[in-house]
Parts: sequence; structure tokens; C-alpha cells
Amino acid sequence: MRILAPFKLAARALRRNKMRSLLTMLGVIIGVGSVIASVSITTGASKQVEDKVASLGQNVVTVFSGNFTSGGMRGGWGSAPTLTVEDTTAIKNEVANVVAVSPEVRDRMQILANGLNWNTQIQGESPDYPQIRDWDIANGAMFTDADVRSIAKVAVIGKTVVDQLFINQDPVGETLIIRNIPFKVVGVLESKGFNLFGQDQDDIVIIPYTSHMRRITKRIFVNSIMVQAASKDAINQVQDDITTLLRDRHKSAEQDFTVRTQLELMAMATSTTRIMSVLLGAIASVSLIVGGIGIMNIMLVSVTERTREIGIRMAVGARGRDILIQFLIEAVTLSAVGGIMGIALGMAAAKITSHFTGWPTLTPYAWIGIACVSSAGIGIVSGFYPAWKASRLDPIEALRYE
Amino acid sequence: MQPVIKLAEIHKVYHTGEVDVHAVRGVSLDILPGEFVAVMGSSGSGKSTLMNMIGCLDRPTGGTYFLDGLDVSTLDRDQCAKIRNAKIGFVFQGFNLLSRTTALENVEMPMLYNHAHLPAAEQKKRAQNSLELVGLAQRADHKPNQLSGGQQQRVAIARALVNQPSLLLADEPTGNLDSQTSIEIMGVFQKLNDAGITIVMVTHELDIARYTRRTVILRDGKILTDEPVRDRLNAETELKNLKQAQEAVRLA
Repeated sequence: MRILAPFKLAARALRRNKMRSLLTMLGVIIGVGSVIASVSITTGASKQVEDKVASLGQNVVTVFSGNFTSGGMRGGWGSAPTLTVEDTTAIKNEVANVVAVSPEVRDRMQILANGLNWNTQIQGESPDYPQIRDWDIANGAMFTDADVRSIAKVAVIGKTVVDQLFINQDPVGETLIIRNIPFKVVGVLESKGFNLFGQDQDDIVIIPYTSHMRRITKRIFVNSIMVQAASKDAINQVQDDITTLLRDRHKSAEQDFTVRTQLELMAMATSTTRIMSVLLGAIASVSLIVGGIGIMNIMLVSVTERTREIGIRMAVGARGRDILIQFLIEAVTLSAVGGIMGIALGMAAAKITSHFTGWPTLTPYAWIGIACVSSAGIGIVSGFYPAWKASRLDPIEALRYE
Repeated sequence: MQPVIKLAEIHKVYHTGEVDVHAVRGVSLDILPGEFVAVMGSSGSGKSTLMNMIGCLDRPTGGTYFLDGLDVSTLDRDQCAKIRNAKIGFVFQGFNLLSRTTALENVEMPMLYNHAHLPAAEQKKRAQNSLELVGLAQRADHKPNQLSGGQQQRVAIARALVNQPSLLLADEPTGNLDSQTSIEIMGVFQKLNDAGITIVMVTHELDIARYTRRTVILRDGKILTDEPVRDRLNAETELKNLKQAQEAVRLA
């Protein structure tokens, strides 16, 4: 047989029983549709979580100080003063694949400007900070290494602080009072919104870490160190190298710091949506299998109904394999067309869900491919037995069949 | 001349349950190209079984069968299908056309399984020619339910001829038709036979057998008589006579 001829035959046979073909396809349509819809919804949800994690920065490795224990009293996580600015320099100089580092010191304080006051997070950082966090300056510029060296009284502020203290006013060049020390605003950060834990990331004042440690809080230890790895692949190596380096530098019996990567945070944050997608996928696959059984059922009926046609075809020279291919292609056409309609239905259902609930939805192209392949596969699996049965018919008996 | 069909001591035994049914018990028969043979016999005489074996739909359990010089008694299913496609055209009692499919598409159907893989245009041309041979060129796009019994049987004959077989096998081709249409169909067969096509036809109607050239009568799985047809009928003349008789009835 020619390549296209069986497809034409199948299309003609299916058109002959339009209603039945449509009802048979419905099983696959609903199965594929629910797979695509559930995948779209869960992918949208995990994409949202991933975006939040990504808003932490690019390829970020963070070093936190360890627990503080004194005379049997154990301080909480991050309470021990163990990390220093020298640790930061060592990481930058000695660990491979590190592109940027910033020692972090944090405190909440009351600040003043324009006769208004506001309680906010005062963070000491290095000029690398915006790069690590993938955070652009909207207006003005980031302070420089020279500012860090000169312990300059300069600040870069977040959108929320601007809204609270500099209403209808360009804050760049204006003055901000932190603990009675005037700081000059040199830049305004782009708005970044809420982080994974619901905190407003724009409610922030960033100053050089030297200014923070010497002018405001008078301390020698940093809270944490933010490190940017050169690439996603380098993250684990950077994590291991930092651990080795700091253990060596600190020379303590117990590890007095923790190194966390963005990948770990990502894995933790997406674990819930992953479980959800597996569950939804499993339920949807069951309906897909039910659709396959529907196809098998109808193909068996069709073979019995068309016994005489099979007999005629065999009498004029169709081999068993010609008949097998004919019925197999009919089954595959049913399920493949059903699959394509199911993809459209699933995507529409996801869009509608998204419209009414406001959940972000996303249909991955890979899943469209998977849906196409698996619906065709279901056609082959469920069509094979009926087609094989048809191909084994005895032409004499098939011709005599009433 | 090499016979189209050469049966030598053909036997067919069906093993059904306890008893073996010996349907054909030693039939030897030569049919030469251009012959028009009627195979007759009462039901149970083994004529259907014999026809199935001649048509390569069934295999003999004993003896040899040469079709066109080729031993087909030992071929497997697929090889038999190939032989049926290339060398045999079937005409059945119940027409056996595909419903909801036009006459032309019905006639094209055997070429779908032809190993020559003719281009679509060539297939269509051959199907059209075939329909012309049986005088149905004007009805090519009619579906079976839009055609009379006689026309349906002509489509079936056109389908049987489309692969240019060595042999036309007809199984009770007039069994479902009235007498006038039966004569018309026999006219088609006579015309084809005059053009050189070998025809073997199973029938139980004596007057239908008189349109052929040779009659083989079977009884109990053996050949009882095998003789040429004396005072052979000509379908054209018979049709004319029939019409005159009808005319006479109407005038009276």
C-alpha cells in the first residue's frame, strides 16, 4: 500500500460515523485536556515561586554565621559573631568562579528626612550588591569602592523609603538622617516587590558596609556574606570551596557558619508545587487511560461491524498486514485528533482558570509534545488488539458474515 | 496451450469436531484460456469448497493446483493474497460492494493492494475503463444504494476486471437478480468471454448455465459430468425475445 492511502481510508471510515468518532475521541480529549490544564496550572504556580527565588539574585551563595553558645546558653541561628570582612576578602581572592562578594550587616533603625520619619532596614553592603541581587538602579548611581574606603556618608534607597520620605520629590542629592548622621542619597533602586517570605524588599536603605560598621553600629563582625558564582554550574563548587576555606580560616572544632545556595532554596520552595503536579498528573493520566480503553472498545465493535468489508478487501488481495495497518491507523487517527483537540481544550481551560482566579498559568512546550506522543501511543496500544483481530479473520468466513 | 487452471486429484477434508467432512474427493480438471465454464451441483456437492480453492481463498488438503502454471496449493496467506490480487477477479452473489463508497472508488479498491503501486491518475483511468467495459461509465460517482441490483453486479464485475486477472471467478452471480437482469449480466460475461477472458462460474440454475460453453456437474465432491454446452444461448437474442414477449403481453 501507498503511504498516504491508509490515512485517506481511515479519514473516510471515521467520517462515516461522525458522532461515534467524536464520542470516542471525547475520552482522549478530556484525558489530554486535563493533563495539559493541570500541568499548565502547576507549572504557572512553580514558575511564580521560582521567580520569587530568582529575585534573590543570580547564582547566589550566602554564608551565614553560626550559632552563638556561651556558658550553656545557646543563641539562635546566625547569632554567633564569626564572619569578618577579612573572610569576605579571602573568599573573593581565593575561591575560583566567584565574580562578586558583599559582606552584609543589617539593622532596623528610625530614619529622618524632610521632617518625616520612618523605621526601616539599614543594610551595609559592598558596591557589588546590586549586581549579586540582579537589582538595577532606577535613578542616580550605586556608591563606589572609593566610598567604601572613605567610609562615605552616602546611601542608596528603595522605592518604599522614597514613597514614605520623599513624596513627589527626586530624592537623589537629598539628605537622610540615620542616628543623627546625615547621609546623602546617591541612588534609588528599582522596585522589586515582595520576596518569598512576604517581606517588602523595597523598604531598605543601603550604605557602604564600612560606614555601617564604623559610623553607625560600631562592630567588627558581619551578619552574612553574599557571593555570586560565575554560573549556575559553578554554584556547588563555590559552596564547597567556601566551606573549606572558612573552616580553615576559623580553625574551630565545630563549623561556626552555614553556606546556603540559591539552588537549595529553589528546591525547598518548589517541593510543594512538585508534589501537587505529580498528584494532578497521576489523576489526569488515569483519565487518559480510560480514553484509551474507550478507543479499544469502539475499534472492536467496528471490526465486528465491518467483518464483511474486511472479507471483501482480503478477497481482492489485501494481506493481513494491510488490514492491520488500516485499523491501527484508524485508532491512531482517533486518538491523535483527540489529543490535539485535548491540548487546545486544556490550554483554554488553563486560560479560563487563570482569568477567574488570577493564578498564573503556563503550558510548557515539552508537555504539548508529550501529550501528542502519548495520545498517538495510546492509539497504537488500544488499537493494536482490534486491528490484529481483524487481520487474522478468515476471508471465507468474513465474506459469509451477515 | 497451458491451462489457466490445472487441478490434479484435489481433496479437501474439514476436521470439525468428531467427524471429518470430506467435501472434495479427488477432482481433476483442466480449464484452458478463453473457456467459459459453469460449475453446477446441489448444495453439499462441494462446489463452493472447490470454488474457494480455485480462488485461493482456501487450500486443498491433498492434490496439486496450478494457476497459470504456478503451483498455488502450498502458498501461505500473504502469497495467496498476492495471487488473488494479481490473477483472480471475484464476482459474488451478494455483489459485496463497499457501501457509502462510489462505484469508481469500489473499482479502484483492488489496485490499493496492487504491488505495482500505480499512480492515482492511472488508477482512476483504469477504473474508468473497467466501468466502461461493463457499460456503467455514466454511473461512476453513484454509490451502491443509488444503483439497481444489476448495476451493482456490473460494478462488481468491473472491480474484478480492474487488475487484468487471468481468471474471472463468479459465485452465483445471478442469484440475487431477476430473470431479465440475469440475462443482461450473462450478456456482459459472454461479451467479456468473447474478448478472451476466462470465466468460471458457480450456479445452480440450468438455464443460466446454458449461456456458458462447458458445464461441470459435481456430486458428493466428485465430478459427475463434464461436457460442452449444446444449443448454447445467446444473451442478446434472449433479451430481444424477452422484450418481444413483454411487448406482446402489453398489446394484448
